[in-house]
Amino acid sequence: MGKIDIKDMDLFYGSFQALKNVNLEIEANKITAFIGPSGCGKSTLLKSLNRMNDLVEGCRIQGKILLDGQDIYAKSTDVNTLRKRVGMVFQKPNPFPMSIYDNIAYGPRTHGIHSKSKLDDIVEKSLRNAAIWDEVKDRLKKSALGMSGGQQQRLCIARALAVEPEVLLMDEPTSALDPISTSKIEDLAADLKKDYTIVMVTHNMQQAVRISDNTAFFLLGEMIEYNNTEKLFSIPSDKRTEDYITGRFG
Amino acid sequence: MTKGRKIESIILKILVYAAAVITFVVLLFLLAYILINGLPHIKPELFALEYTTENASLMPALINTVIMTLLSLIIAVPFGIFSAIFLVEYAKKGNRFIGLIRLTTETLSGIPSIVYGLFGMLFFVTALGWGYSILAGAFTMSIMILPLIMRTTEEALKSVPDTYREGSFGLGAGKLRTIFRIVLPSAIPGIMAGVILAIGRIMGETAALMYTSGTVPDMAKTPMDAGRTLALHMYNLSSEGLYMDQAYATAVILLILVVGMNTLSAFVARKLTKGK
Repeated sequence: MGKIDIKDMDLFYGSFQALKNVNLEIEANKITAFIGPSGCGKSTLLKSLNRMNDLVEGCRIQGKILLDGQDIYAKSTDVNTLRKRVGMVFQKPNPFPMSIYDNIAYGPRTHGIHSKSKLDDIVEKSLRNAAIWDEVKDRLKKSALGMSGGQQQRLCIARALAVEPEVLLMDEPTSALDPISTSKIEDLAADLKKDYTIVMVTHNMQQAVRISDNTAFFLLGEMIEYNNTEKLFSIPSDKRTEDYITGRFG
Repeated sequence: MTKGRKIESIILKILVYAAAVITFVVLLFLLAYILINGLPHIKPELFALEYTTENASLMPALINTVIMTLLSLIIAVPFGIFSAIFLVEYAKKGNRFIGLIRLTTETLSGIPSIVYGLFGMLFFVTALGWGYSILAGAFTMSIMILPLIMRTTEEALKSVPDTYREGSFGLGAGKLRTIFRIVLPSAIPGIMAGVILAIGRIMGETAALMYTSGTVPDMAKTPMDAGRTLALHMYNLSSEGLYMDQAYATAVILLILVVGMNTLSAFVARKLTKGK
C-alpha cells in the first residue's frame, strides 16, 4: 500500500471527462512526477489529492483516493484537516499580501497555534527547511510581495511546511522561475523527501529525470504508464510514452 | 496622407489638453468663488452652540452632520459589505437570486433622492412613528447609500486574485477564515473608496433629509430629535435670502468637513491594511 492510492478514478467537469480510470500508488518519502502534454489531466489529478477541485463548479469524481488507507472523499473526511495533511504549492508563487512572518504563521494560526514563542519557532524552522531563512531572517516583518519570484516560491513552500503536512503537492512549481531559482527549488525538493511525500506536476521532462523517483505519464485524461523514473525514460513500455519523451509530440 | 494624420493628431492633442485644463479650471473657479465669498464671513459667532436668528450659527448643523454621517455608515456599511460577500464568495454563478439582487441594487441607485425622502417620511417618520428625527434621516440615508457600498465592495472583492483564496484553502483554512483574514483585508482600499463616496453623498444630501430629519436649526441631543445637517442649513439660509454671507461661510465649512472626513477614512484604511 502506498501513501496515496488512487483506485479506478474518473473525474468529470460537467459532462467532460477529464480523467479516465486512473489507478496509481504513490510511495511514501519519494518524489513522484506527473508528466504529459497540456490538458492531459495531470494538474487535475494533483488537485484531486487535496480536494482543491471541490472549488471548481461542476467537478465530479468517481472511484477512490485513499490517504493511508482512508478515503479522502468519504463523507466523514474533514476537508480542512485533509488539506493540512496534504499541502500544496502552486504554479505561480502566491504569497499573501502580508509580512513574511505572517505568511508563514497563517497556517499554524489557522490550526489553533497562537503562542508567540511557538510561532517564532515554527516560522524559523519552516524557513530553514525551505532554505530561505538566511535570506529573509532580517526582514521577517517586511511585506512578502517585495521578494523575488524565486524567493516567493520558496516562501510558499515554507508556508506549506509550517502546518506540518505529510504530503506536499507541487503544481509546476518552477514554471514561472528563472534557472537559478529552479535549481534551488529542485535541490530543496530532493532534500524534503526525507520527511515528506512529494508529488510534482512538471512540464519539464529533464526536471522529472533529475529529481523524481517515479514518473507517471498522462495523455488525454488517461494514465499511460507509471514506473520508476529511470526505467520510464530509458525503456518506456508504451509507444506513446516513447513518442512523448523523445519529443515527437507535446 | 501623412500631413492629414499630423493635423489630426494635433487637433486631438489640443482637444485632450483643453478638456483637462477646462475641468481643472472649473473646479478651481468653483473653489475660489466659494472661498472668496465665504472665508471673510467665517466669524466666531457662527460656531456658537445655540442657533439664534442673530448669529445664524452653523455649529448645531455641523454636529448633526457628523452624527448623521456616522449613524448612516454604521447602519449601511455592514449590510453592504456582507451582501457583497454573499454575492461574490457564496452565491453560485448563474444563481437567479443574484440577478434579482443586482437588478434591485441598480434600481435603488437610480432612484432620485427626493423619492427616498418621501419613502422615509411615510415609513420611518409616520408609520413607525419616529417623527422628524436624525434616526429617520440616517435610516433613509443608509438605504440610499447601500447600493453604492455594495457595488464598490463587490468590485473590490472581485479584484482580489483567486490565487490568494487557493493559497488559504490549500493550508486548510475554512471559508470564513479565508474571507475575513485574506480576502477582506486585501479589498479594504476598494471598500474605503466606496465609503468615501458615501460620505460625500450623505453630507451633500438635502432633499431626502428635509422630509425625514427635519429642518430644525438646533443640535439633536438624541437620535430621536430632529435636526438639520450643514447642507440643509445652507439650503435654508439661502432660500430665506437673509443670510447669504453665512450660507457661503457654511459652504466653506462643509467643504472642509468633506475633505477632512475623506482624509480620515483614507488614514483609517491605511491603518487597517498595515496591521495585517
